[in-house]
Amino acid sequence: MDAIATDDWSAEPAGEALLVLRFGSTLDAALNARVHAFADALRDARVDGIVDIVPAYASVGIHYDPRAWEGSDGMPWRRLAHALRAHACPAPTRRAARAVQVPVRYGGEDGPDLERVARHAGLEPVEVVRRHAAAAYRVAMLGFAPGFPYLFGLDPALQVARRAEPRLRVPAGSVAIGGLQTGIYPRELPGGWNLIGRTPLVLFDARAEPPCLLAPGDDVRFHALP
Amino acid sequence: MSLVVLRPGTLTTLQDRGRYGWRALGVGAAGAMDEISLRLANALVGNDDDAVALELTWSGPRLRFERDTLVAICGAACDARVDGVAVAGWRPVRIEAGSELDCGVLRDGARACLAIAGGFAVERVLGSGATDLNASIGALDGRALRAGDRLAWNAPRIPLHARRWSLDPQPWFDAHADAPIRLIAGSHAGQLDAASSAALHAATFHVHADSNRVGIRLEGPTLALAAPLEAVSEPVARGTVQLPPAGRPIVLMAEHPTTGGYPRIGQVAAVDLPRIAQRRPGDPVRFRPIGLDEAQSRYLARERALERLIHSMTQRLADD
Repeated sequence: MDAIATDDWSAEPAGEALLVLRFGSTLDAALNARVHAFADALRDARVDGIVDIVPAYASVGIHYDPRAWEGSDGMPWRRLAHALRAHACPAPTRRAARAVQVPVRYGGEDGPDLERVARHAGLEPVEVVRRHAAAAYRVAMLGFAPGFPYLFGLDPALQVARRAEPRLRVPAGSVAIGGLQTGIYPRELPGGWNLIGRTPLVLFDARAEPPCLLAPGDDVRFHALP
Repeated sequence: MSLVVLRPGTLTTLQDRGRYGWRALGVGAAGAMDEISLRLANALVGNDDDAVALELTWSGPRLRFERDTLVAICGAACDARVDGVAVAGWRPVRIEAGSELDCGVLRDGARACLAIAGGFAVERVLGSGATDLNASIGALDGRALRAGDRLAWNAPRIPLHARRWSLDPQPWFDAHADAPIRLIAGSHAGQLDAASSAALHAATFHVHADSNRVGIRLEGPTLALAAPLEAVSEPVARGTVQLPPAGRPIVLMAEHPTTGGYPRIGQVAAVDLPRIAQRRPGDPVRFRPIGLDEAQSRYLARERALERLIHSMTQRLADD
């Protein structure tokens, strides 16, 4: 399969109706910013036959209707990939990034793994809370479940591996650490991340407009509720 | 115009062709597992192929209708009876007000779709009437049918008299649970170790009992990569075959998460997705390689054939 690429990405088909444009293969905030800049620009371009544009950490998924890309000069996936090469990859000028404040009740019943994270980091729980609430975060992507934000920006000292035994039920609003990632469970879900607190905010409501509290690229700050 | 659910069946959900445009927020498409059965059942009662219908799993519901209507059941065969009288699938069936339809047990597949003339009148959540059980999104708060539920339907677009013809399920339904499933190589197929790479296309896997609308889990030889892989989460699609660390592949289906971090060893060809959706726990699954160009050509050809068929059915329903 001949590769279709630009200086920014290489296109990889994942079946007949999804093209993944890969910008890199690492968890890197600058790389992720380019992913969002491209996804935003492509969304604004309103290309026919594209059903969904899904920015992830280091790639953009383009779900498309192969029938809209039929032509005499090649298969739809190849024609779409070639057409996408004409779409510039804009500099990641920070579009007016929304800043979202997320109040959190840290520890106790709301954060049953806070002690574990503290022990692992060699810090007092209060210091874990201080550091978690002091950092500036960016929504790298939404995935796993509707409205689940994967956030960049965790203090590396707070990095803790996932739990060996995932919980069958993590309560909605749980703020959690999984490796170098931190995120918030939008609803009750099974999960293996370490729970350090809980927010009363509603992260996802299918009937709200917009349905998600957070969007990819948003800035996020946590603050401790008393 | 409504019906009452007397018995819900094993797992009966409201489905259309899926919820699109929200995957960037982590909201998956959901929709019918066997899209062909949905579209043809809808066409048989004069609906758009995206109208909301019931998806039946294992055993169907018992329903009491309060108005005259037409229904059609496509997909796995079932012992459907209207007031005790057997009715066939793959055709429009007239139902009189006050009648009870008992769909019974499904036989040669896992799922069937029951469409009603006009389509079920349900709330569209994020633009779709599809039920996402895993995310609790959709009509009925995203849950399966329960006894006592009432479902309304929209005005039918065709006269509600009985028709004497039926649709040939071939080639739209494959009752042979052992025919190979065509598989496009995935991003990480080349990183399987030699034995796993050979086993993927030579071995017979079996559908695990834990399979559901999220994914079909396969039992069989344990597969492994030649070297561990640190993969970052990337967008995935229905049909993506993921390989979690335990080495048992999962074929992502209607309610799959929008992104996944496990190695992606293959992609089930779109034309075979309705076929694998009909496999039951314990059924065999064998993979046969197919190139992306051929897979995409076959998909486009199938869509053309399906559109022609639906068009001719629409004509016929209007004429007779």
